Amino acid sequence: MPALSDWSPLRISLETSFVATLITLIVGVLAAAWRDRHIGPAMTFLDGIFLLPLVLPPTVVGFFLLLLFGRQGPIGRLLLQLGTTVVFSWPATVIAAAVVSFPLMYLTARAALQQVEHRYLEAARTLGATEWRVFYEVALPLAWPGILAGTILSFARALGEFGATLMVAGNIPGRTATIPIAIYFAVEADDLRVAVAWCAIDLAISFALLGALYYWTHAPQRARWARH
Amino acid sequence: MALEVDIAKRLPDFTLEASFASGSGPLGILGPSGAGKTMLLRCIAGLERPDRGRIVLEGRTLFDSERNVQVPARTRRIGMLFQNYALFPHRTVEENIAFGIHGIPSDERSLRVNIWLQRTHAEGIRRRYPHELSGGEQQRAALARALSIDPDALLLDEPLSALDTHLRSQMEAQLQETFAAYRRSALLVTHNIEEAYRLGEKLLVLSHGHIAAFGGKEEIFRRPPTLDVARLTGCKNFSRARATSADTVEAVDWGCRLRLERPLPPSIAHVGIRAHHIDFEEASGATAAEENVFPCRVIRSSETPFRVTLYLRLDRDSHDLPDDLSAGDLQAEVYKEKWERFRDRPMPWHVRLSPKFLFPLPG
Repeated sequence: MPALSDWSPLRISLETSFVATLITLIVGVLAAAWRDRHIGPAMTFLDGIFLLPLVLPPTVVGFFLLLLFGRQGPIGRLLLQLGTTVVFSWPATVIAAAVVSFPLMYLTARAALQQVEHRYLEAARTLGATEWRVFYEVALPLAWPGILAGTILSFARALGEFGATLMVAGNIPGRTATIPIAIYFAVEADDLRVAVAWCAIDLAISFALLGALYYWTHAPQRARWARH
Repeated sequence: MALEVDIAKRLPDFTLEASFASGSGPLGILGPSGAGKTMLLRCIAGLERPDRGRIVLEGRTLFDSERNVQVPARTRRIGMLFQNYALFPHRTVEENIAFGIHGIPSDERSLRVNIWLQRTHAEGIRRRYPHELSGGEQQRAALARALSIDPDALLLDEPLSALDTHLRSQMEAQLQETFAAYRRSALLVTHNIEEAYRLGEKLLVLSHGHIAAFGGKEEIFRRPPTLDVARLTGCKNFSRARATSADTVEAVDWGCRLRLERPLPPSIAHVGIRAHHIDFEEASGATAAEENVFPCRVIRSSETPFRVTLYLRLDRDSHDLPDDLSAGDLQAEVYKEKWERFRDRPMPWHVRLSPKFLFPLPG
């Protein structure tokens, strides 16, 4: 693609999305599993907090992140004492993408875990398994197709993240400029050929992700287990 | 006693209250669906917490509400065979069995998996996934898995209900073999009367959450302690009864006078007889003069491949006929060969309610 001389947005976008998705996968699944064992009004409130990034405008999420991670923010000050700062650096793109994609992971992981039949977990308990083994060796593998679908959705959401990223990470070419940000600034600079090129790349990635999502949610579960 | 249970748990429709002790050998737990059978097993296995009481297995206290003891399911060492087996769908048969054998060197682990595969005749399916197994194979795998933890008690929840009829007797034989080798407490829940009788050495009849009968199976079937138990053990024929002498009663619903062999209980309320114990006088000269022999008519019959159920009405004075004339008084079950012999004889036939088989039921 002759229009593109700087490929760094692709690298930054993929790196950011991979790391952010890995974080949401681990945190989201653990949060969902933990939440599955607790009930009560406090939990419902917690659910609300977990899902906020899904309903808030990304700019508002970004603003809150700035308040938290900025030099005056509670986490920002802590990091400053450790001699570092994350705002307007690559880690900020990861934080923004992870926070924004977390609700998707959490929701799908919860739904997937809730669908695991209770008798499998009970059977595991009577067979002497600790709660960790029940989760790790029974619930998680059985919920895996759903969790994987959630992972793909989270990855897609992380890849498309723009508003919050711009607020906390800005547009630093080669460091924080992801594909969506590159598109925005290309359009702003009237460089339509670059914008179209990035749009085409984004389209290709999105189609690939949708294909993967379709495969994992529609392929018969049993065939997957049998294939091992 | 190996397993002592004395628990109470409130359920939506009734309170489950069970107190019994079980030694070695299988105990059949019989009861209609919704009687609390599965809940009883779940409480023993530690999957549900009773409201109060105690559960002691081989001297280990598993639950004691007063001392606030509730041993988690994983350390109870109780093998549970779930109703639909609950084999892990993402693991092969041998991986399912290996799940319970944890924390030992892998060569010893596979050795023990092999032992259980052999003992349950499941070597041929070791690498298959549960969805690739027939119902009988699933049961074998589930049985091997439950036994693999070397449990102090084995709980089986409707183990045969998921199987086709032709597989049942085969798997029943497998269970008998398992029980013969496993000489610890085994509790087998079923709503099938014959299954409970064939597989259990002792029997516990559960009805609406309480134990209606507990003891040797022959005794319970021969002499059900209550009307409820008589019904639950498959008895079809009852009549309200009034004692008229030391060994005779007036059967109110049947409109006849019966002699009973046993000494009557002080408070007799009903008299019952099992359908297959009802006999017909084959000699054509029989008369109603003999004791416990009554003229009757067949209202309706219903055939199974080898047996016939006859719905009988006893001949009596018209003024005490039951309101529902189509109901009949008695159900008799006879083999077809016998039925063929006298089906064309003119009515009335003569039915014999032998004192040997009539049993009194207290109120």
